[in-house]
Amino acid sequence: MRPFDYTRAQDSAEAARIAGQGATFIAGGTNLLDLMKLEVMTPDHLVDITHLDLNEITQTEAGGLRIGALVTNSDLAADMAVRRGWPLLPKALLSGATGQLRNKATTGGNLLQRTRCYYFYDPDMPCNKREPGSGCAAMGGMNRLHAILGASDACIATHPSDMAVALRALGAHVDLMAEDGSTRTLPLGDLYRLPGDTPEVETNLKPGELITHVVLPAPVHGRQIYRKVRDRASYAFALVSVAAVIDVESGVISQAKLAFGGIAPMPWRMTEIEDFLIGKAPSEDLWEEAADLLLSDARGQGSNDFKIPLARRTLAAVLNEATRGDDQ
Amino acid sequence: MQTKLTINGNEHDLEHDTRTTLLDALRNHLGLSGTKKGCDHGQCGACTILINGRRINACLTLACMHDGDEITTIEGIGTPDNLSPMQAAFVQHDGFQCGYCTPGQICSATAMLEEARMGWPSHVTDDVTSAPDLTDTEISERMSGNLCRCSAYPNIVDAIRQVSEKTT
Ligand SMILES: Cc1cc2nc3c(=O)[nH]c(=O)nc-3n(C[C@H](O)[C@H](O)[C@H](O)COP(=O)(O)OP(=O)(O)OC[C@H]3O[C@@H](n4cnc5c(N)ncnc54)[C@H](O)[C@@H]3O)c2cc1C
Ligand code: SF4
Ligand code: FES
Ligand code: FES
Repeated sequence: MRPFDYTRAQDSAEAARIAGQGATFIAGGTNLLDLMKLEVMTPDHLVDITHLDLNEITQTEAGGLRIGALVTNSDLAADMAVRRGWPLLPKALLSGATGQLRNKATTGGNLLQRTRCYYFYDPDMPCNKREPGSGCAAMGGMNRLHAILGASDACIATHPSDMAVALRALGAHVDLMAEDGSTRTLPLGDLYRLPGDTPEVETNLKPGELITHVVLPAPVHGRQIYRKVRDRASYAFALVSVAAVIDVESGVISQAKLAFGGIAPMPWRMTEIEDFLIGKAPSEDLWEEAADLLLSDARGQGSNDFKIPLARRTLAAVLNEATRGDDQ
Repeated sequence: MQTKLTINGNEHDLEHDTRTTLLDALRNHLGLSGTKKGCDHGQCGACTILINGRRINACLTLACMHDGDEITTIEGIGTPDNLSPMQAAFVQHDGFQCGYCTPGQICSATAMLEEARMGWPSHVTDDVTSAPDLTDTEISERMSGNLCRCSAYPNIVDAIRQVSEKTT
């Protein structure tokens, strides 16, 4: 690890101000320290934000929840209001990492965790995200974990978070505080950027901008499913994941919220698919057409070609499960 | 820099580099070598300790971030003359072979039972609003952050099940 200075921030404004001068936030540290040990990330100043007053989950006037950026993944998954109203979120959280890691990992840190591309993790390999202009070793290399949608000629990495996929389907927003103390709110989808020519820029955050909260809208009616397909049954990153909130009334789909993980540089959502499904009766043919919408621009890179049929089948499996008889 | 750490009820004043992980502080600065280093990247669970009663990976956190916290290591869980119920169950069921992962397994299992007592669901819990029984599948999933290179898993699960049945 490279040497760095350490400051423990007392409040959000102080944290954002110090970060605005070039320091890096540390929350749970489970991603940042991992990358600092490998010298993939080399901050010269860390601002410890773990003592900020951002660890509560409160109700909003709109019937939703406001989740502090420092609420741990464990506490969020264990919260009874979350489990009752937004079960998709604990399902996604609990499918990720381990008990130990979730006890440290925070809501803000989880959203901003970096890709698990093997070459990004290896400073001896070319990687445009780590070292702009050096090339992309994953193209033509090992790219089993990599993107089939939203990638560019500069970078084909995926965003690894499970939580972010659920939050995207649930229509979450993020509250931010800038270095001058001003605040703004972004839909989660606008937090992230596609790689384009600048894969090193992953978000639309301004320098020093702090995520203070994640805001969930009121619960929507419907069955909530998170299906994560991976190389082993526990403790592995998603190859493909699907988050869904689906409701059926009088034989037709009345509610459809879908987001996808493991296939793109950010948690992926296409409202066209949701609009297409609404008002139609569940059927295998309908799932095929929905998958066509999702995958019309999909492109494999060799070792991740399997993700195209896998995404199709996973979507169909989730839609079948979500619309299956019994309590509908 | 300086940090005051409270470990197993004792306070220690530590003079250290900002880069020192809590794991290295325990092992190299304070001589508490019960906590093991396997991967040093949060992947194996050998370094599991308890902070304010919760299990974490000591290799992925900085010592300077923990002044004021109550840290419990395997040395604070029990002693050879006074084993904790989990330690005794691991001995009784042969929940180890080489023993390298064992301190982490025992710290992790001890805290995991507390999580289950608080009604936390897991990835294998069908209904996340329920407080599930600790079946073997639940135990395995909840312990997935502790790898055992000797694959003593069946006996580890036996040990944990026994303690869980005795205490619930
Ligand atoms: C072995 C292993 C397996 C894992 N498996 C999974 C998995 O299956 N699924 C999954 O989703 N995740 C997985 N993870 C990743 C884990 O979820 C993340 O490491 C964790 O969520 C990051 O949160 P943190 O608080 O520790 O972030 P940190 O490491 O503290 O920070 C991460 C980044 O976010 C920035 N940051 C943190 N908080 C804020 C804030 N409030 N505002 C602005 N910037 C901020 C930091 O500057 C840093 O750049 C795994 C991790 C490991 C080590
Ligand atoms: S896919 Fe992106 S992160 Fe991976 S090597 Fe290529 S540029 Fe780097
Ligand atoms: S040494 Fe910490 S998890 Fe492996
Ligand atoms: S007993 Fe040898 S690693 Fe678990």
